[in-house]
Amino acid sequence: MFMKLAITAVTALTLSVGGVAASEKIHTESVDFSFEGPFGTYDQNQLQRGLQVYTEVCSACHGLKFVPIRTLGDEGGPALPADQVRAYAKQFDIYDPEKDEDVPRKPTDHFPTSADPNAPDLSLMAKARKGYEGPYGTGMNQLFRGIGGPEHIVSILNGYTGEEKEEAGRTYYENHAFPGGWISMPPPLFGEDVEFADGSSNELEKEAIDVAAFLMWTAEPKMMDRKKSGFIAVILLTMLSVLLYATNKRLWAPVKKRAKEETSGES
Amino acid sequence: MSGIPHDHYEPKTGFEKWLHSRLPIVGLVYDTIMIPTPKNLNWMWIWGIVLAFCLVLQIITGIVLAMHYTPHVDLAFASVEHIMRDVNGGYMLRYLHANGASLFFIAVYIHIFRGLYYGSYKAPREVTWIIGMLIYLAMMATAFMGYVLPWGQMSFWGATVITGLFGAIPFIGESIQAWLLGGPAVDNATLNRFFSLHYLLPFVLAALVAIHIWAFHTTGNSNPTGVEVRRGSKEEAEKDTLPFWPYFVIKDLFALAIVLLVFFAVVGFMPNYLGEPDNYIEANPLATPAHIVPEWYFLPFYAILRAFTADVWVVQLANWVSFGIIDAKFFGVIAMFGAIAVLFLVPWLDTSSMRSGRFRPMFKWWYLLLVIDFLVLMWVGSRPTEGIYPIIALIASAYWFGYFLVILPLLGVIEKPTTPPATIEDDFNAHYGNH
Amino acid sequence: MSHTEDNPGSRRDFLYYATAGTGAVAVGAAVWPLVNQMNASADVRALSSILVDVADVETGTQITVKWRGKPVFIRRRDETDIKLARETPLEDLVDTESRNANKPGTDASDQNRTLDENGEWLVMMGVCTHLGCVPLGGASGDFGGWFCPCHGSHYDSAGRIRKGPAPRNLDVPVCAWFDDTTIKLG
Repeated sequence: MFMKLAITAVTALTLSVGGVAASEKIHTESVDFSFEGPFGTYDQNQLQRGLQVYTEVCSACHGLKFVPIRTLGDEGGPALPADQVRAYAKQFDIYDPEKDEDVPRKPTDHFPTSADPNAPDLSLMAKARKGYEGPYGTGMNQLFRGIGGPEHIVSILNGYTGEEKEEAGRTYYENHAFPGGWISMPPPLFGEDVEFADGSSNELEKEAIDVAAFLMWTAEPKMMDRKKSGFIAVILLTMLSVLLYATNKRLWAPVKKRAKEETSGES
Repeated sequence: MSGIPHDHYEPKTGFEKWLHSRLPIVGLVYDTIMIPTPKNLNWMWIWGIVLAFCLVLQIITGIVLAMHYTPHVDLAFASVEHIMRDVNGGYMLRYLHANGASLFFIAVYIHIFRGLYYGSYKAPREVTWIIGMLIYLAMMATAFMGYVLPWGQMSFWGATVITGLFGAIPFIGESIQAWLLGGPAVDNATLNRFFSLHYLLPFVLAALVAIHIWAFHTTGNSNPTGVEVRRGSKEEAEKDTLPFWPYFVIKDLFALAIVLLVFFAVVGFMPNYLGEPDNYIEANPLATPAHIVPEWYFLPFYAILRAFTADVWVVQLANWVSFGIIDAKFFGVIAMFGAIAVLFLVPWLDTSSMRSGRFRPMFKWWYLLLVIDFLVLMWVGSRPTEGIYPIIALIASAYWFGYFLVILPLLGVIEKPTTPPATIEDDFNAHYGNH
Repeated sequence: MSHTEDNPGSRRDFLYYATAGTGAVAVGAAVWPLVNQMNASADVRALSSILVDVADVETGTQITVKWRGKPVFIRRRDETDIKLARETPLEDLVDTESRNANKPGTDASDQNRTLDENGEWLVMMGVCTHLGCVPLGGASGDFGGWFCPCHGSHYDSAGRIRKGPAPRNLDVPVCAWFDDTTIKLG
């Protein structure tokens, strides 16, 4: 019985190793985002550039419905001045049921929902995708490199090969970062799609990184606060652990000393 | 209490005497906190305090989150985002609650495996063990329902899969499932009742914890040697024990501080590591995710559930014997609940007269295999059911049942234990004394 | 029983106090967020101040906007309203205080009630100072202003109480011109 089981196991193992190795692997480029690591922070200028890319390119189809427009003025984020936030809000309309017509949005409103029903909302996209996995389900990649959501976004934007295909009446575009290899979104960026007022590079790779950083901010605007709180907690608990260690040691010292005394006579 | 001779609370002042004759609460708290505890407890005994902390953490953060959460399918996901973005410190409360559940389960698994190694479940502590298992079940139910509340893709589809299991029960399964769900599928009715029960169960859990403590205070704590505290006289008892306060309160708090240090580092710097990115996508009943994965703490049982497919011989045998009533799906459900049931039965399945694994040379190796097996089950539960994974899951499941149903009963008969120390005092002195 | 007190010599009190103190700080650091989460969230705080576009408000009409959960009357007064209000002697008033948050401590003359010098714009909380009903506008009541149907309070064209059970003039909230056609409340 055990022999049969062992043979089955070894056979299965040998036959399937190939299968496992050939399974879908997502290609994710490594990007050094400014917000990575325990000391990482958002780069205000980068977030503003990313906002510009979103506004001029992505917002045509994609919404950001969970993001209140007023947060564009928040510290730690794009930190736009209040009048610019108001001006920004006005470019989007919203239906006012009291007036039964569309009125311009205010900063207290959220960004619009996706204009294209097939285009997913981008508010949480950087947290809703992973760039790294495994190896083989052990979770090691994500432990050392992070979950890789924004890296995945960069990889998608850079990953178009130019090939297209038609299937069941829809057009798909080849992309080596998208699981399955064919994505239904046409390439949104080609490089030099927007012009940054401060003259920053608008190469495709740079635009992709900027908009991915912006989307990480839309997904987690409180990241800096979170890390700060984490630091305070770790420092406080380290102090407490040291004090409790010393207290515990001192408390038990006479008990352990008695044990030593009681056994010192024995060999 | 505990049968260990010791000084009890004596009301001294006039007020103390007045209160004590009307409600002996001071005495109860005093005697509980000063209970004589075996002095040789090691670091595997700190997890109880970690668990108590987790329960308090989850209840407090949960109540506070419930002030901002809306349990309706159209509003739940958005209300969680409102908590993450707008509520003061909301992101912290949410991450504490989500990761607190993981800490709760890490601690409970270590706590249970401590019990399995040191024979804590053996007489006279069987009731403590059974109540502990009930606490574990309540934890799993609470965690399962809690995960549904954010109404992400995994929330919805995990709920669909697990409630679908009830449909596997022959004849009455579909009715039970529809009753559970409040309809033909997971929808608003399900979400609302899960919210209600998720709020309720932790308090049931708290009551079970109180009874759990009552139970092991009645028998007295076990200890790493499995040798009982001497109860002949107060002097003897004092040689084997120390009062819980301050010795073990401080020791436990120190361990808790270290655990919390790691916990807050995770919450502050990698709060989504143990989660699933798919749960940041709003639930869509019309689109199933590529891989439905439960939270990590359910993975071992998920592996067992999926391991028993129609081509496995035990499944085919059961199918034939039951005239086709038991199919692969139902067998998987039985196996999954059976894997927990064997834990309930372990005080009676383990026939050894030696309590602690420390003095059971053969047992140690089988136990080590069990720990590895549990981790393998956890890992394979996250893998797709193709390639070599199904056979690994089957072997690992077989070992789990084999350990409890075959190995433990046999070991008690064929194993020759080594000699434990005569007393706890001897063990303690041997550890800290001159050698 | 008492294993703790018999170690002669070392003063361990400082260590114990330091530990207990740090523990107390940790507990405090944990309690504060639990209390603070009940304070107004960012979206509620953002609405503590709103901008109201009054470009389309015709003379002699009023708009009502919701601010901090309560109605605010913004009336563009006509000549009749202004004349009526300015010709009322202060002695005739029930409440002689302006109740204007922008001009604390002033009297209830019409100039102290309105947003601009001409007296064209009047901004007031649409909450009756009796028991909180919303008064009816459109030059209602006996004094050409507002009338509260709940218990019969009459307010004049400057929103001052003249007759009825209400004790105070309608409150004028913190407000200012944001630009030529926009008023900022709060």
